[in-house]
Amino acid sequence: MEIRIGPLERPEQADAVTELFRDIPGLGEISSLPIVASNSRLFLVKTQSSDEDLLDLFAFHVSRDYIQIRESTVAATTEAVPEATAVVSELVVPGDDPQPGAPLAPLPGYGFFDGAPGAPVTAGASVSAESRAAKVPAKVAPPNAAMQPEAATIRVAISKVDQLINLVGELVITQAMLAQNSRALDPAVYQQLLSGLADLDRNTRDLQESVMSIRMIPMSIVFSRFPRMLRDLASKLGKKVDFVTQGEATELDKGLVEKITDPLTHLVRNSCDHGVESPAERIAAGKSETGTITLSASHQGGSIVIEVRDDGKGMSRQKILNKARERGLDVSDQMSDGEVWQLIFAPGFSTAEVVTDVSGRGVGMDVVKRNIAALNGTVEIDSAEGYGMKVSVRLPLTLAIMDGMSVGVGGEVYILPLSSVVESFQVKADAVSTVGQGSQLVKVRDEYMPVIELEKIFQIPRFDFDKSCDIMVVVEADGSRVALLVDELLGQQQVVVKNLESNYRKVPNVSGATILGDGKVALILDTGALVRRSRH
Amino acid sequence: MGMMEKLDEVTSSEAREYLTFRLDQEEYGIDILKVQEIRGYEPPTRVANAPSFIKGVVNLRGTIVPIVDMRLKFNCSKAEYNSFTVVIILNLRNRIVGVVVDSVSDVMELPPESIKAAPEVDSVIDSGAVLGLGSLGDRMLILLDIERLMSAPDMGLVGASE
Repeated sequence: MEIRIGPLERPEQADAVTELFRDIPGLGEISSLPIVASNSRLFLVKTQSSDEDLLDLFAFHVSRDYIQIRESTVAATTEAVPEATAVVSELVVPGDDPQPGAPLAPLPGYGFFDGAPGAPVTAGASVSAESRAAKVPAKVAPPNAAMQPEAATIRVAISKVDQLINLVGELVITQAMLAQNSRALDPAVYQQLLSGLADLDRNTRDLQESVMSIRMIPMSIVFSRFPRMLRDLASKLGKKVDFVTQGEATELDKGLVEKITDPLTHLVRNSCDHGVESPAERIAAGKSETGTITLSASHQGGSIVIEVRDDGKGMSRQKILNKARERGLDVSDQMSDGEVWQLIFAPGFSTAEVVTDVSGRGVGMDVVKRNIAALNGTVEIDSAEGYGMKVSVRLPLTLAIMDGMSVGVGGEVYILPLSSVVESFQVKADAVSTVGQGSQLVKVRDEYMPVIELEKIFQIPRFDFDKSCDIMVVVEADGSRVALLVDELLGQQQVVVKNLESNYRKVPNVSGATILGDGKVALILDTGALVRRSRH
Repeated sequence: MGMMEKLDEVTSSEAREYLTFRLDQEEYGIDILKVQEIRGYEPPTRVANAPSFIKGVVNLRGTIVPIVDMRLKFNCSKAEYNSFTVVIILNLRNRIVGVVVDSVSDVMELPPESIKAAPEVDSVIDSGAVLGLGSLGDRMLILLDIERLMSAPDMGLVGASE
């Protein structure tokens, strides 16, 4: 087939494509065709791979918008001349675009480009506009909008975007304040002012939404690096692996995307190395020779779920338990599957018999888990021996915004991450019992859980002694629950998470701060730390 | 750093501008280039487990800024919060911190010759944080190395890891 790359500002980029063919064994053969336009390149390629695979591969060097792949007419014309005319006539429409410089007339000559580099280039720009118009119906032609990707996107320093987000946040607060102050005004007298404020309200909300969306980028950015990595890895391990991605359009905060790439790379590598069996083993197990690794991303509620699935041999419960006993971990045969799978997150745990340079050293899953926990995410594993395994990573949509529940204790307001709030209820004095003269426990539906008095932890001064804490909020983190004792529930709101450490230091049991509607700062509670605290 | 070297650092350069402020009866001066802005005092959000002189954090146009009350830090006899109380927002190596003072007087240019070395006296201020004493007629100005003062471990402004 024939591949045309261009027009490019730096045609040298396209030459890198030939190196791909040299580096990847079995991809096929490539030979350059004579250059017809100084800003593009033409190649003749013999390959077994599909167009889509090639485009994925080339994307490392050149944006796929610039690449056009056509069935070459060279082979056809050399093998059977009568067929050649048929092929050429079929190609009339797409034939326009590979060469903006060529008017329709020299089309039949296409098949002989190898030996005849004399295509007229003189027609020039006037024809190119025409041929661009003709491009739309072409099979592999990119959409028109993608023709100038440079113009469609700009690179901006993330600090500028953050500043914009901050400013919009301030604007929202000011707007809320105006709305509050104008509530007492008589609508009949101040009708114009009030309608202006209503407009302002709507506009600031729209503005906030669109500014927030600047930080979101599609998952395809992350996924696009995997096909090549897997291909290299699979060929190194002598395995056959198909790579499938789903939900590339799912958007994720840029900060998260950067931090999720390494853990995901590790998971995909794990699947390829430990999961998928060698072709011989697969056939013996009655599976198809080629294994499949699926990477999918989807929104679920307020979070994004990224799954790495493979149809390999899965994890062996027995092997993990044996290994755990060897390492002196406390395990029993009665453990549920879920608990067994969690063992592989222990530092230094590996069931691989052979340590390769790819994996098996036992550092990995614990790091993956830690990295993801640092992003407020969770990792779940599901596996069936012989059928494969699935690792699900659940992450908040963005680090910058969080759904929060504001609670009041004394005169102060604290924010709880809504994702960790399980329930809240009014507590009766007799439901709380003490253990060892100190720690309190509360019984909720036949389950005892530790009570944490925020008032004590945060040394909150209390001026109004009539009021007392009688509402409990049950929060869950790291798989255990605690009940927090608060005065009142103030409401739910989206909060913009601010770093407390950038100008101050780490505060125990606090994960960050946010700015409330009235411009005041409220601290966000670190539920993980609170739960851990109750354990000791 | 010895007292003389420190003085050298101050005096060797050209005349510098200092922002002067009052704490009780004492007058202090800090390098104007460290000052970002001056604003009125608004009650901050209290932060648990902080020393008493850290009043809490405020929202400065979207940035969370800790507020230190210098009067409490320097054991002033009284620390009132009224409409005249001001907060000097300092920008120290890209960290922003606000300090509460009784009042801000003015900005003064001090030629090197009017800055004298501070004698070693027993005070609540780490003597290393005093750059020298500026004399302006009969007024005495205590010139502070505010950056050193704020990054001292006992301020509790910076985490242990840093």
